Formats: sequence, structure tokens, C-alpha cells
Amino acid sequence: MAHGPAKGIKRWLFTTNHKDIGTLYLWFSFAMFLVGGLFAMIIRAELFQPGMQLVTPEFFNQMTTMHGLVMVFGAIMPAFVGLANWMIPLMIGAPDMALPRMNNLSFWILPFAFLILVATLFMEGGGPNFGWTFYAPLSTTYAPDSVNYFIFAIHLMGASSIMGAINIIATVLNMRAPGMTLMKMPLFVWTWLITAFLLLAVMPVLAGAVTMMLMDINFGTSFFDAAGGGDPVLFQHIFWFFGHPEVYIIILPAFGVISAIIPTFSRKPLFGYSSMVYATAAIAFLSFIVWAHHMFTVGMPLAGELYFMYATMLIAVPTGVKVFNWITTMFRGAISFETPMLFAIAFVILFTIGGFTGLMLAIAPSDIQYHDSYFVVAHFHYVMVAGAVFSGTAAVYYWLPKWCGRMYNETMGKLHFWIAFIGFNIAFFPQHFLGLAGMPRRYADYALQFADWNMVSSIGAFIYGAAQILFLYNVIATIVAGKPVKEAKVWEGAEGLEWTVPTPAPYHTFATPPAVK
Amino acid sequence: MADRSTARLVARLLGLAAAMFLFAVFVMPPLYDVFCEVTGIGGKTGGAARVRDAGVDQSRTIEVQFVATNNGAMPWEFGPRQVELRVHPGEPTRALYYARNPTDRPMVAQAIPSVTPASAARYFNKTECFCFNRQPLGPGEEAELPLVFVVDPELPSAIRTITLSYTLFDVTERSPDLVAKVAAGAAAR
Ligand code: HEM
Ligand SMILES: [Cu+2]
Repeated sequence: MAHGPAKGIKRWLFTTNHKDIGTLYLWFSFAMFLVGGLFAMIIRAELFQPGMQLVTPEFFNQMTTMHGLVMVFGAIMPAFVGLANWMIPLMIGAPDMALPRMNNLSFWILPFAFLILVATLFMEGGGPNFGWTFYAPLSTTYAPDSVNYFIFAIHLMGASSIMGAINIIATVLNMRAPGMTLMKMPLFVWTWLITAFLLLAVMPVLAGAVTMMLMDINFGTSFFDAAGGGDPVLFQHIFWFFGHPEVYIIILPAFGVISAIIPTFSRKPLFGYSSMVYATAAIAFLSFIVWAHHMFTVGMPLAGELYFMYATMLIAVPTGVKVFNWITTMFRGAISFETPMLFAIAFVILFTIGGFTGLMLAIAPSDIQYHDSYFVVAHFHYVMVAGAVFSGTAAVYYWLPKWCGRMYNETMGKLHFWIAFIGFNIAFFPQHFLGLAGMPRRYADYALQFADWNMVSSIGAFIYGAAQILFLYNVIATIVAGKPVKEAKVWEGAEGLEWTVPTPAPYHTFATPPAVK
Repeated sequence: MADRSTARLVARLLGLAAAMFLFAVFVMPPLYDVFCEVTGIGGKTGGAARVRDAGVDQSRTIEVQFVATNNGAMPWEFGPRQVELRVHPGEPTRALYYARNPTDRPMVAQAIPSVTPASAARYFNKTECFCFNRQPLGPGEEAELPLVFVVDPELPSAIRTITLSYTLFDVTERSPDLVAKVAAGAAAR
């Protein structure tokens, strides 16, 4: 059992070790983050000034579509699966994931899926240009020929996610060390357990949606085609039945990370542990019954509008519980502001802003005005970038010393934080103004009155983009030449089993289960 | 490593995923149609209606307007013969549309009805309609397209005007049977 890793490339191709696979996921995710970031830079460069400068409108549409797809399915989701692989066995005292071979498969599917997806950009007729939400009939009747490759790529990603979710559930339910009861599990494990169930419930719905598209395009069915008795609005219902839980798939593990970091650097246990667990479960449940808040303008009957409006607002309650608990954890704590904590605090503030704009959008009569404007773009970048991405960044700084036995440079980490924080806000705060003033999303050009804030937003986006180069540099510099750390407990305020194994974490841990008090 | 209980758990979880896939493809679309039909939303008017004989309500007059649209690149000439009709609820009324295929190839069309306001859809009953079937036309051929409708006397009193709109879709590609029939008919002529 206690052999080390294999040598060379074979280690990575055939590995079934949860730490190796976690590392693979994290590097893959970062690579996709840079690819998706490149697409974003092209978008913002084109929008720097009114008029058409750099790209054709057709290519611009491909960029907005691919940016969204790559960031959601390639960068954010794999990042948290990578963290789950690395940390869940360490946190629950398990020697590995429950299904190590399937783990290898679910990772290695991903590079192929994204190779196919990105390759569509070079095909005749171009890549997907119908938005990351791929509404029919844009994605069926009017789709470029490459749409079949897009569908295949989505199927692959879905299969990978489903396998990953099954693995996580099996690990958490069957592999805990004796004494690690469910209500003793760290919140990161809890949020992932619930997320895995969400994934299992809705990734097949996404697969169903693209399968129906495939049938409509190639086999003459008309699920989404009014000419044959179908209905394009049905597509939106099915997509958002997947899509809204999907946004919580993205954010729940991020909540878990923040719930680990804030207590460590406040030197206090997490306030309201069990209410956090229940709030997570409540959010997950509610996420299934609010999907049509993305569709207030399709012409729902009044009763539908009202129901989806109030149900959506209800989500703010458990979300508020979480924010309250984080703040109360910090209250009167002996706080120190290391890089992970800075990102975590920024998360709490900026995610809350995103939650509030979400509430504004949940008000059906005002959403009819804001829908498909830059206000929506600002909303979801506050929750997905300042939410999920900041949380992922915080997690890397927090656990990197444990992973590689070396400490990052605190000054460089803080520099990264401040550039990212300022760049992010310059990029996305003005988009609220643009949206309220009426600028629609997903166009390659805009009216002159929007010029100033677009230029500001583009400058902020370039700053935020540059910050990621610094991030990459920091991580590599730490792995190669960081100051060695020896203590098992890298952060003095940290609690949990992952801090009881030696630093750097050995290739095999918990071959004999630890004792849990 | 994968002991019995893990294997059983994995089988159950896979079952859940498979069930959700089947739910999305085989349950959600029909469920959506049923939901729209029951609530009458989406402005869909459904198939041939059996009209209960509730008598004609002479005291009310409803204005029914007729609209036609061609979907996408559909090249047919398509429109209503009458712009509007004034009818009493409960009174069966006949209306006419016409269509002409100006191209030099046989084509098949499908008209999809929609009623505005959507809340009137469930009270707008068609006993006969060209939209129940696909419509084939040979090159240059034209046709009168009839429909018979009854407005249900239960129609909420706030509604005084109903707009019936048809969108004409090109379904030639998915109707090889009808195309062959039209082509054969044209050759015989
Ligand atoms: C208090 C919590 C939240 C509320 C009330 C809320 C509400 C809404 C509403 C009503 C919309 C539709 C706006 C429109 O298209 O007109 C929307 C869009 C969106 N939200 Fe949220 N949201 C919340 C949290 C989140 C979180 C946590 C995430 C993800 C991490 C998220 C991601 C998104 C995304 C991606 C969209 C745009 C989808 C698209 O059209 O491309 N939201 N939100
Ligand atoms: Cu949503």
C-alpha cells in the first residue's frame, strides 16, 4: 500500500490517488480560467470603445458564448471538484476517495471535452454563438454546423460531473473515520455532499436538454420547434430547471471554503454550525423551485410571475443566515489578515452585494426592465467571480502550504489580492450603471452614451486579468522556492483533521483511520 | 476497495441520474403541454373542440381579429380573407384564410395558431381548422383555408376583442410523404 507515486507522465495518466487527481483538476481548471479569461479580454477590448474595432460581430458572439461555457464548466466547477478531491478524504479521515478508478476517468474526460469545445472555434461556420444558455431556436434552427460537437462536449462534461458527484457522495457516506458523525463534518464536506446531490439531479436534465436539441437538429423531432407542435419556451424551462440549481452547484462549495477560512483567521469556531448545515440544505431545496425567475419576460401568467418572485426572494433568508454567521464568527475574534482571509472577507462583502442585486432582479416588475441588460451581467459576476472565484483563490492560498510544504510570499499574496479586488470592482461595478441606463448584454457594439463606463469597465477587466498572471507566478514561485513549512498545523488557528497530517501532506494519508474526538 | 455497500449506493445514485434524464426527456415536455392546456397559457388553442350546446348569447358581441405571419424564410403568400368578424358567444362562425405557393417546387406548410389575450385561449374553440393538418401545395398552387370556431359564452366579460394569429411554418423537409403526393398530383394534371 505505502508505495510512492509512479514516475513520469504515467503517474498522471493512470493515477488513482486523490491528491494527484485533485492536483490535475486544479491545474486543468486554472488553464481553463486563462483560456476563458483570454476570451473575456477579447470581449472587453472590443467594448473598450463604441463601434467595431477588433473582431466581427459573429466572432464576438462566439466569444461571449465560449467565455461563459469555459468559465462555468471548465474553470469554476473543476476547481471545486479538485478541492473536493484533495480535501474531503483529509477532512473525514479517509485514505482515498471511494471509487479511485472512476475518479481518474471523470478527470480525464474533461480535457477531451474542452478540446472538442474549443476546436469548434476553428471549424467552418465558427463555434457556438448562441450564448452560454443556448436558447432554442438559436441553438437549433439557426445554429452553426459545429453545434453537434458542442452537444457532444456537453454530454462529456455532464458524464464527468455525474461520476464526480457519485464518487463524492460515496466517499462522504461510506468512508468517514470512526467517530466522524455527519454533524461533526467540516462545512466544506457538508456543502459538497449537498452539491453532489444537486449535480446528480440536474446534470442529467442538462444532458436531456442537449439530447432533445440533437434530435430536433438531426432527427426531425420538434421538442423546441413550433412548426412541429413544440415550443421554444419549453427549452427555457428545461434549461433553467438545470440552470438555477447549477448556480448553487457553483456557490455552495465556495460557501464551504469560506466557512473553513474565516474561523481559522478569526481564531474562533464557526458561529452557528448546525444552522449553516440547515441553511445549505434549504438553499439546495429552494433552488429547484425558482427557475423561472430567469424567464419573467416570456409571458408567464400573473400567478406564475408572483409565485416565482416570492419563492426567489425566500432564498435570501437562508443566504442571509450564512452571511450573518460569517460576520458573527469574525465579531470580536482575534482577526489577522493573511491573503486567504482577505479574499474571504472580500467574498463576504462582494457576494452580499451580488445577493442584493439578485433580490432586485427577483422583483418581477423591475426585472422586466433589467432583464438581459448589463445589470444582470453585473449581478452574476459579483456572485460568480467575487463569490466562487475569490473563494477558490482563497482556498489555494489557504491549503497550498499543506499541499506542497512551502509557504507563499505574504507580500506577493496581498499584492495579488489588492490588484484583483480593485480590478474586479472597476470592471464590474460600472456595469450596474450601464444596465440601469439600458445597455443590453451580448452585443458587440453600443450606443454612444454608454462609452465612458464601458471604457472604465474594460480597464478594470484588464487589471483583473493581469492579476491572474501574478496569481500563477505566486503559485509556481511557492511550489518551486517557497519557504519550507514543517508544522502540521500551518495556520495556528486552524482546526480539523487535515491539519493533523504532516506537512507537506504525504502521498498516502490515513491508511489507518484517525481517532475522532 | 468498492465494497458491497458502496456498490449498492453507486447503483442507486446512477439510478437517480438515469431517472432525472428520463424525466427531462419524457416527462417534462408532455407535462409542459398539459400544463399549458389546462391553464390555457401560451395562447395555444389546442385541437378540435367538442362544443357543448349552451345556446347563443345575443346580448354580447365579441370582435374577433385575424392575423397571419410567415415564419422565417417561408415564401408563401398567406393571409386572412376577412380582417375581423363580430360574433356572439355560442355562435358557430366560419372564417377563411388563403395561401399560395409562389415557388416552383412542391411545399408543405403547417400553421400554428395563437390567441391573444392568452387568457381567452381556453374559451376560443375551433371545431374545424386548416391548422389541424399540414397543408401541401404544388408549384404556383393556391388554396382557401377554412376554419369554424365558437367563442364559449363563459368568456370573461372583460374580454371584448380576441385576436387569432396564425404563423405559417415551412415543414417541407419533414413531410416527404405529402411532398411525394403533391408532386404525383401535379404530374398527373
Ligand atoms: C440571493 C440570491 C440570488 C437571487 C435572488 C438571484 C436572482 C437572480 C435573478 C432574478 C436573475 C435573472 C435576471 C434576469 O435574467 O433578468 C439572476 C440571474 C443570474 N444569477 Fe442570480 N440570484 C441570486 C444568487 C446567485 C448566485 C449565488 C449565483 C451564482 C453563483 C447566481 C448566478 C446568476 C447567473 C449566472 C445569472 C444570469 C444567467 C444568465 O442569464 O446568463 N445568482 N439571478
Ligand atoms: Cu437563478
